[in-house]
Amino acid sequence: MKKQATREAYGKALVELGQQHHDIVVLDADLSKSTKTAEFAGLFPERFINAGIAEQNLMGMSAGLAASGKVVFASTFAVFAAGRAFEQIRNSIAYAELNVKICATHAGITVGEDGGSHQSIEDVSLMRSIPGMCVVVPADGPSTRQLLLELYERSGPAYLRLGRLAVPHIYNDDLKLQIGRGIELKDGKDATIIACGIMVEKSLQASEILAGEGIMVSVVDMHTIKPLDQELVIRKAQETGAILTVEEHSIIGGLGSAVCEVVSEYCPVPVLRLGIEDQFGQSGSPEELLQHYGLTVDKIAQKVRNLLKIL
Amino acid sequence: MKEINDQAVQQVEEKALAIRRHIISMLCEAGSGHTGGSLSAADIVACLYFWEMKIDPAHPDWADRDRFVLSKGHAAPVLYAALAERGYFSPEKLMTLRKLGSRLQGHPDKRKLPGVEASTGSLGQGISWAVGMALAGKMDKKDSRVYAIVGDGELEEGMVWEASMAAAHYKLDNLLVFVDHNGLQIDGRITDVMSPEPITDKFRAFGWEVISIDGHDIRAIMKALNNARNIKGKPVVIVAETIKGKGCSFMENKVEWHGTAPNKEEMEKALAELV
Repeated sequence: MKKQATREAYGKALVELGQQHHDIVVLDADLSKSTKTAEFAGLFPERFINAGIAEQNLMGMSAGLAASGKVVFASTFAVFAAGRAFEQIRNSIAYAELNVKICATHAGITVGEDGGSHQSIEDVSLMRSIPGMCVVVPADGPSTRQLLLELYERSGPAYLRLGRLAVPHIYNDDLKLQIGRGIELKDGKDATIIACGIMVEKSLQASEILAGEGIMVSVVDMHTIKPLDQELVIRKAQETGAILTVEEHSIIGGLGSAVCEVVSEYCPVPVLRLGIEDQFGQSGSPEELLQHYGLTVDKIAQKVRNLLKIL
Repeated sequence: MKEINDQAVQQVEEKALAIRRHIISMLCEAGSGHTGGSLSAADIVACLYFWEMKIDPAHPDWADRDRFVLSKGHAAPVLYAALAERGYFSPEKLMTLRKLGSRLQGHPDKRKLPGVEASTGSLGQGISWAVGMALAGKMDKKDSRVYAIVGDGELEEGMVWEASMAAAHYKLDNLLVFVDHNGLQIDGRITDVMSPEPITDKFRAFGWEVISIDGHDIRAIMKALNNARNIKGKPVVIVAETIKGKGCSFMENKVEWHGTAPNKEEMEKALAELV
């Protein structure tokens, strides 16, 4: 199966957008080789701005550029974007409803060896709390490209969460999708797995194991955490009566919380959340960390079994 | 080089006076807000809106306009008063300051009020917007300019220096920043709370052209603006020596007037001086 990191797909899609649209400006904070904005920078140096190691000013300059009519893509690591520059994103970008796409890479624990200081596990929670902020977490390379193209067309602030690790393709390049509309990858009546990011592919694998046991689950790629596809969540709650959320993020405030908010209000059914418990990450290989924190195919399958016992 | 003559100076002085009178009236009506720092910046703002900037109130989104960013966003009344005097909206609207549903928010909100270029108030962020706008101007090869006012207390924000580094690095000679150097912040004298001094040396070390003036001398401000326009290859900062509460004797250099609005009696006393 073809593999590609979502940050790689982002870098390529940026170049594609840059070739088509002259209003695009890309900013980075001394991480362009890692965030993959470097290729855009090489091809369009007049539309690339390196802010240096200064994330607050990265966001402030993005606001000024967007206020001057540019469509801005601002990149750095997730922990510095959503964390360090939170208030700049809130007050300079979101409060003014500016057209800035914050494209944050190296999200989650699969950052790996750099350790807990660099593993952003609360960025979705932070960004989701800002009024009007669109939050998108792609599952693979092709959907990253499509979501980026969609984000270009959609005016207003957005946070795109990207990973470091190469992950298998789920989709083909001709995929069509829409911001705010989850993708039903698999239809099963016993329970629904709602996942985002790199956990979508693992959820699909888990559904195969479960199918072997006679447990038929639906799998949803909820690439847009905000605005959440409420209609789909409610329908799956009604159809299957139980939901498991899976994300490479803290169980506090991310996809799991977003789904719970909708389910508890409109269609209460049991929901279990699989994600990182209330703790920081640590150094290790991405694979070891996924094992250590329980973000595995087996754990997903086990959680579904647990979920069905509650019913 | 624009000609500076007595008539031009007098016209701007009259506008500065009108702006100060608006500031006092609107703050009294609002019952809260930042009087001292609005008054200290009034002469600079008057020069920008009534002498310097290329703007068109009938077309606030005109692509080739100059832009002004009030980085010290708490001085919103001075900006609103200038916009009203310049014809962006009716001066009557100034009396809605800080009230529910008003376009005149406690701190400038770009979404709500045409003519406001940047939503500011969280200190340190406006200068960064201004740098972004100046970068956009360079990218689009426009000859428009970007102006900003930062407070001297605001210089304590680290972000100001991130932005200053970037402005010099990208040689933004289309950017002009005023420091409203009134010497006071909420908790006291800036030199007692957290000294940003020596301000001129700091900006010079960051690669800026530095001009020092009396921020209440209209002719001096005009001259500095003229000089700034001819400086190429680097951004310019005008460090303007000002007096917090300038124009109302009982407010001048009084830290209490940073975030206090005048009551009716105080308003009348102030307006009696502002003639």
